Amino acid sequence: MLWDAFPSALDLARFQFAFTVTFHFIFPAFTIGLASYLAVLEGLWLWTKREVYLDVFRFWLKIFAVAFAMGVVSGIVMSYQFGTNWSVFADRTAPVLGPLLGYEVLTAFFLEAGFLGVMLFGLGRVGKGLHFTATCLVAIGTLISGFWILSANSWMHTPAGYSIAPDGRFMPEDWWAIVFNPSFPLRFLHTITGAYLTTAMIIGAVAAWHLLRERLRAGMAVPAERLNERAKVMFSMAMWMAAAVAPVQAVFGDLQGLLAFRYQPQKVAAMEGHWETQRGAPLILFGFPDMEREETRMAVSIPRLGSLILTHEWDGEVRGLKAFPPEQRPTNVPLVFWSFRIMVAMGVLMIALGLISLWLRWKGRLYTTPWFLRFAIAMGPSGLIAVTFGWITTEAGRQPYTVYNLLTTAESVSPIAAPAVATSLAMFIVVYFVVFGAGTWYLFRLFGKTPAAHESDIAAEEPIRTAGITPAPQVARRGASGPGRHTVEQRG
Amino acid sequence: MSAETIATIWAFLIATAVFLYVVMDGFDLGIGILFPWMQDREDRDIAVNTVAPVWDGNETWLILGGGGLFAVFPLAYATILPALYMPLIVMLLALVFRGVAFEMRFRAESDSQRRFWDWSFSGGSIAAAFTQGIALGALVQGIQVEDRAYAGGWWDWLTAYSLFTGVALVAGYGLLGASWLVWKTEGGLQERARDLARVLGLVTLLFIAAVSAIMPFLLPEFRARWFSFPTILLALPVPVLLVLLAVRFFRALEPTPAREAEAARAPDPRLPPEAPPRPTGRVIWHDSVPFFCALGFFLLSYVGLGISMWPLIVPPEITIWDAAAPASTQLFLLVGAAVLLPIILAYTGYVYWIFRGKVRAGEGYH
Repeated sequence: MLWDAFPSALDLARFQFAFTVTFHFIFPAFTIGLASYLAVLEGLWLWTKREVYLDVFRFWLKIFAVAFAMGVVSGIVMSYQFGTNWSVFADRTAPVLGPLLGYEVLTAFFLEAGFLGVMLFGLGRVGKGLHFTATCLVAIGTLISGFWILSANSWMHTPAGYSIAPDGRFMPEDWWAIVFNPSFPLRFLHTITGAYLTTAMIIGAVAAWHLLRERLRAGMAVPAERLNERAKVMFSMAMWMAAAVAPVQAVFGDLQGLLAFRYQPQKVAAMEGHWETQRGAPLILFGFPDMEREETRMAVSIPRLGSLILTHEWDGEVRGLKAFPPEQRPTNVPLVFWSFRIMVAMGVLMIALGLISLWLRWKGRLYTTPWFLRFAIAMGPSGLIAVTFGWITTEAGRQPYTVYNLLTTAESVSPIAAPAVATSLAMFIVVYFVVFGAGTWYLFRLFGKTPAAHESDIAAEEPIRTAGITPAPQVARRGASGPGRHTVEQRG
Repeated sequence: MSAETIATIWAFLIATAVFLYVVMDGFDLGIGILFPWMQDREDRDIAVNTVAPVWDGNETWLILGGGGLFAVFPLAYATILPALYMPLIVMLLALVFRGVAFEMRFRAESDSQRRFWDWSFSGGSIAAAFTQGIALGALVQGIQVEDRAYAGGWWDWLTAYSLFTGVALVAGYGLLGASWLVWKTEGGLQERARDLARVLGLVTLLFIAAVSAIMPFLLPEFRARWFSFPTILLALPVPVLLVLLAVRFFRALEPTPAREAEAARAPDPRLPPEAPPRPTGRVIWHDSVPFFCALGFFLLSYVGLGISMWPLIVPPEITIWDAAAPASTQLFLLVGAAVLLPIILAYTGYVYWIFRGKVRAGEGYH
């Protein structure tokens, strides 16, 4: 029967959540880092007075505006989806998770949204100091937002500070323990660092593309001094980021793996492709986890290294998936296994990029080595790929639970008929591909514009004049006396 | 504080957040709703620029409404959202379209692209307003709940009444948008906005009358509220005030001596001769009156709705106290909200102040 082949409401709801959250996270992963980058650029401009920082700031500000808008609208969807599609989860966990999301709105979303307008349109309307404050507040807002949402997410992995009421609801007992639950601090560091690297990879690729294009246009090697100053600044900053932070990220990742090994051994077993419990377990590099046969076929492995990494002992015991009943194992082991490897591969490539950049910088060839510029361009999406597959690893690895070991995904879903969820899912897919496809296309157009000296502002293409309440002569005086202010009021 | 008191405070806070959302996103959705009556490209750009710096903050109140409901009235969140599944999903997608259109309109590289994003902006705004109205109508008609979960079907929200409230809200948001433009623009666009505000003001008032007349007959609880002594003493001022406000609204849309004096004033010698004189504070004040009257219509309707529903949060049965999260949850968030909400209101007001005054063509966005 065709009807039997129709996915269940649960599967559809899961797919819808995975689809919308994956799409959504692409934008914050980029804008968290970009907001901080913009704050640094504006700070450098105010500090050094070098025009080049303002030009780079304006170049990325336009990109930020587009990416942030897409993050906001796809994020509103997320805040309602707990209720529309996961109403049992919402009812059970709200006493604990509700305030965390409430605080995210109160401390982060309003801050970002309120000062975004000043940041985007205010450079001609408010003083430099106030504008810089607005930029910093937006950047801080993105970090605070990450703080609360990752705390809530971490609590689902490592619940703490709660009790369970007779009707099955989770009741808060200790807010400190809830917010700073065991997996939260590292997850926060790992995610924010991932976001910074994501931004650095994109900035590095855009800068490398412009540097390489200058060379191709000239048909010969252009000396470094004559290359686009803005592109060089971007490229240099991005490569410093890769060199300094990519290795640190590997350490955070390793520590997070150890934490998961302690709290979510099934997940780690799936990541590693271990089925049998063993001492001196190997590290499986590649292979094909087979859930039917309960083994990882054609495994290529390094003896004992698995135990060494996870237990820091040559002979440490590593529990395999078979140590857990099938209904407590991740529902899609190959997905967890492969996603993890993709993330790690991206991390290794980023470390390599950073190290090579140090070598070339030392040799004075950072901006003029074509193969390296090509490598940096190819690495543009690597951060996004890494964070996406990192999240797939951790979230698919959390299955079959929403709240680890306490509430299953199957119990969490809303009582909504499959056809309704199928309809909404189809609408999401169509709308997201149209809207975010177009948005991404515009982003690429902005990436491709040569970063110019005296880069125009979003708002400064025409100086803004405050028509209205403020009496004209007073404003004209102020505009004339403050050289830093755009010559507000004198035209119009 | 007792759990009941905290829940009552929260009910007022959430209601305030929803109201702030309605009035703030109301006028910027209203701009999109009015797009079909603004064919001139420059007019459209000016209209969008009046809200471009603030729309994102406006929409954040919707997230606070949803997030706050999740945190402090989870039973309401977990039953209303599944019950209104389709209208809410359509609303979210509509907000996606019109939200990105703010940026994309200015990034468009051809007329056909611009038309597509204009259409997205307008269609998204209309659809969002319509589905919000449907959601309101479906909620007051009542939601079937059994054993802490929604127990109805996925078309239950679709009734003549909910469609009616949907259309009413489109008209109401259109009114907010039109009167906002009367405040924030000048010249031909402002004249057009005045005409639209007159028509939409009349239509909105008729809808308010009709929706209010039907509402007491939806549930016996509502009827009891309105037609019993002494509640009627509390309720009676609402329609009376609405009539007074309506009179003020239509009078404020007439040109006044202050404006005529302004038009006759000699041009400012410091400005280039072609620039029209800068409006004075008195003119701007006068132009803002219709907008605040329109807000008044919404506030009074909202108070009327509150009188009908109190203390129900999910009609016909669930009260705010039934739906409340445990006291420790509500208190934990209340402590922060008490500190943060005044700060948020202060800086939101400050941002509006930075972008005060009339917006003119070519004034600097993008």
